[in-house]
Amino acid sequence: MKFERYGKGIAKGMALTLKHFFRRPITTQYPEERLYVSRRIRGNQLVWDKNVCNACSACSRACPAGCLIVVTSRDENKKLKVDKIEQDIGICISCGLCVESCPVKCLFMSCDYEKSAYSRKNFILTGEDLMPSEKRIPSGYFSPENESKLPMQTLLIDR
Amino acid sequence: MLSTFITNTNPNILYASALPPDWPGGFWSHMLIFIVILFVFVILGVMAFIYIERRVLGRFQIRIGPNRTGPFGIIQPVADTIKILIKEDIIPQNADGLLHLLAPAIAFIPTLMIFAVIPLQNGVALVDLNIGILYIVAISSVSVVGILMAGWASNNKYALISAMRVIAQVVSYEIPLALSIIGVVLLTGNLSMNSIVESQNIPFILLQPLGFIIYFIAALAEINRTPFDLLEAESEIVAGFNIEYSGIKFALFFLTEYAEALAISAIIATIYLGGWRGPLLPPILWFLIKMVAVFILIIWVRSTLPRIRIDQVMGFAWKFLLPLALINLLITGLQVITLPDLSQWVIVAINFVVTAVLILFWSKFYRLTGDKKVEV
Amino acid sequence: MTFKTEPFVVNAGPQHPSTHGLFRMRFTLDGEVIQDVEPVFGYLHRGIEKLAEGLNYTQDIVFTDRMDYLTSMSNNQAYVLAVEKLAGIQVPERAEYLRVIMTELMRISSHLMTVGFLLNELGAFMTPLLYMFREREKILDLFEMVCGQRLTYNYLRIGGVSQDIPEEFLPALKRYIDSLPGFIAEYDQLLAENEILLMRTKNIGILKRETAINCSVSGPVLRASGVNWDIRKADPYSIYDRFDFDVPVGSVGDIYDRYRMRIEEMHQSIRIIKQAMAQMPSGEIQSKVPRVLRPPKGEAYGHIEAPKGELGFYLVSDGSTNPYRFHVRPSSFINLQVLRELMTGVKIADAIVIFGSIDICLGEVDR
Repeated sequence: MKFERYGKGIAKGMALTLKHFFRRPITTQYPEERLYVSRRIRGNQLVWDKNVCNACSACSRACPAGCLIVVTSRDENKKLKVDKIEQDIGICISCGLCVESCPVKCLFMSCDYEKSAYSRKNFILTGEDLMPSEKRIPSGYFSPENESKLPMQTLLIDR
Repeated sequence: MLSTFITNTNPNILYASALPPDWPGGFWSHMLIFIVILFVFVILGVMAFIYIERRVLGRFQIRIGPNRTGPFGIIQPVADTIKILIKEDIIPQNADGLLHLLAPAIAFIPTLMIFAVIPLQNGVALVDLNIGILYIVAISSVSVVGILMAGWASNNKYALISAMRVIAQVVSYEIPLALSIIGVVLLTGNLSMNSIVESQNIPFILLQPLGFIIYFIAALAEINRTPFDLLEAESEIVAGFNIEYSGIKFALFFLTEYAEALAISAIIATIYLGGWRGPLLPPILWFLIKMVAVFILIIWVRSTLPRIRIDQVMGFAWKFLLPLALINLLITGLQVITLPDLSQWVIVAINFVVTAVLILFWSKFYRLTGDKKVEV
Repeated sequence: MTFKTEPFVVNAGPQHPSTHGLFRMRFTLDGEVIQDVEPVFGYLHRGIEKLAEGLNYTQDIVFTDRMDYLTSMSNNQAYVLAVEKLAGIQVPERAEYLRVIMTELMRISSHLMTVGFLLNELGAFMTPLLYMFREREKILDLFEMVCGQRLTYNYLRIGGVSQDIPEEFLPALKRYIDSLPGFIAEYDQLLAENEILLMRTKNIGILKRETAINCSVSGPVLRASGVNWDIRKADPYSIYDRFDFDVPVGSVGDIYDRYRMRIEEMHQSIRIIKQAMAQMPSGEIQSKVPRVLRPPKGEAYGHIEAPKGELGFYLVSDGSTNPYRFHVRPSSFINLQVLRELMTGVKIADAIVIFGSIDICLGEVDR
């Protein structure tokens, strides 16, 4: 005679929940403990290297959202140079199409994922703000030499 | 009138085992001080239980509960209380004013009155009535009227639907609750809570396993917790009858829910687990440990099981729990009358076998309404 | 004495904790039984189909990420398939294998979320949901390793994929895939035989076979009703004809069958990923496609088996850099047509669970 529905399923479920009670929780206490992000992270700011740029403005044409404004002009040697370059972080969607389209590899995404400001004017980054420095590290998206300098990502499967 | 319910009618040595012999004042000062102590106990107990619930539920779900407010998050319930108390008290325009005002009070006060008869130590209770258990069952049914008043007076369709569901559920589960308690009373021979604790040489959970299971399930239904919490099902009717309450009235409903959980833990610890009895530690500490253990069991059930629908809830009460409670009563009565001299451990073994057989066989014959085979 | 009752209208409004987004349903109730339901949606409409006519083909991939935001890679795959049919572009082998791995991982992640939220609506207070999310976090970590983002990937390109995988990807994927069947077995222990779940989901919300075919339902909902139709087998795209996997088919078509469908599909996805990992060749990852593509005039329809159903893109090109017409066949929107049929005659508590088992995503319904 087959017995069914006498409470065995409920007992098995409760045994599983009890087993989870004794495992370590997987929460990270955020501001004190930070995990390493991926080496190819697409942060929402851009890092622009002025000395390598050849002012072709392919990046500005590739942006789907229209957040990158590049104004160029010709100087006395008939070479293109950049007059003004401006990125609006409030509009940028971090898709990375601009980085992919640069022919001389002067544009990178940043490793930063926390950026907040008190007014929308502070979201517009121009010219010199976009240069790399100790605080603005370029990430490894589409650039293998930057990728090898960054620390490895922490994976949940290893913790 | 009062003297017919109290065991010892000499007012000078009324609570001989509870009061020290040089207690100044006498009857009325004892009652006043103990009322204040009980009130503080309930409020502190509710706050401690809110904290325990959030931390333990977090551990079951592989996360940490609140741990930022104060060391280990101890001040979290205080923060919750302050937040609720400083909110604005909104009354809807077409609501029935007097009922809207009285409903939280009527829901809360009977829950507080249950604690008057629970013994915290040997004979230490506010008043050790000789109808203890009957008083508890009677008083706890009054708070449902408060919920119905809240649902009706809010002038809101969601509140009305949920109030109707609650009435049906609570009334259906009163009967298995009362019947399973009678099994314990038969073993003791006395309704008073203190004598139930004193006569437990083996905790009654071993002697009455079926009674414990039925009482636990019925008590979960009475206090509206998962798996029977369709009254405040957040995913369907978004918080039920207390949808139009805010401020201190909502705080009273919230307090009622946890105070009822506290009361159920205290009652189960008293009737089935042996109250304040235990070796080595002081009795009040044993009582608290047993209460917290029962509460963790309630949280464990909450974190695992999904919710049951209202018609299945009613079917379960009337067709499954009620016959089992009656059969439990029959078997306990037979054992008390025909085998009073048999060693208690043999009765324990017999009862476990009977419980297992009954649950297996009854679940085979139990069918829900409308559970027919359907053609595709 | 007979009581006169009249039906009253209850609004499960746009702000509701369990409607997967901004979705409004107006129920006409008689007691607790639903007589009629009227869905109202459009709260998340962003005009994607019109906006896409202003950008060129490569930039439109960004739009497809954001339609059904929980299955980004699958949406990318459907769109890129349509463009490749239109322009006649061949995709190299390694790129195909990478696409298959990503799409199947996406399928596992989407089914994990669906099952988790279904159990949350049944009332299990987030415990199964949090267990599912822990496994989904591991998948999102793998995606972050490849393309840098966790939700909107923008990874597939016309003619291949955008970057190659780093060398720590395959060992991490292998560790994850080896641990996943154990997790699904643990999950079955939690809930597959649970009596309360069986009471709530068996024989409720039954969708008959003819109704399902007539309303052009697709995906796990269709297969649970007994129709053996999976686009990966019926009209194979990409390299799915090289893999060996089964298609689970249900029998009754109630909520329990739809829940089991998704668990079985997760097992089959694990099989496909193991075979793809073993067979993957080396090579280039994107064929030579000009940065700004001008396909010849014509039209094409590319469809795939997305986790929620059949997702298709219909593109019309007039020879310029932007598409002339960009039309989406959304799987969630068309699966919603059976809502009125399924919900009349059940109680409110069941209606919410039925809605969760059809598994929609509002981004795709409203676009």
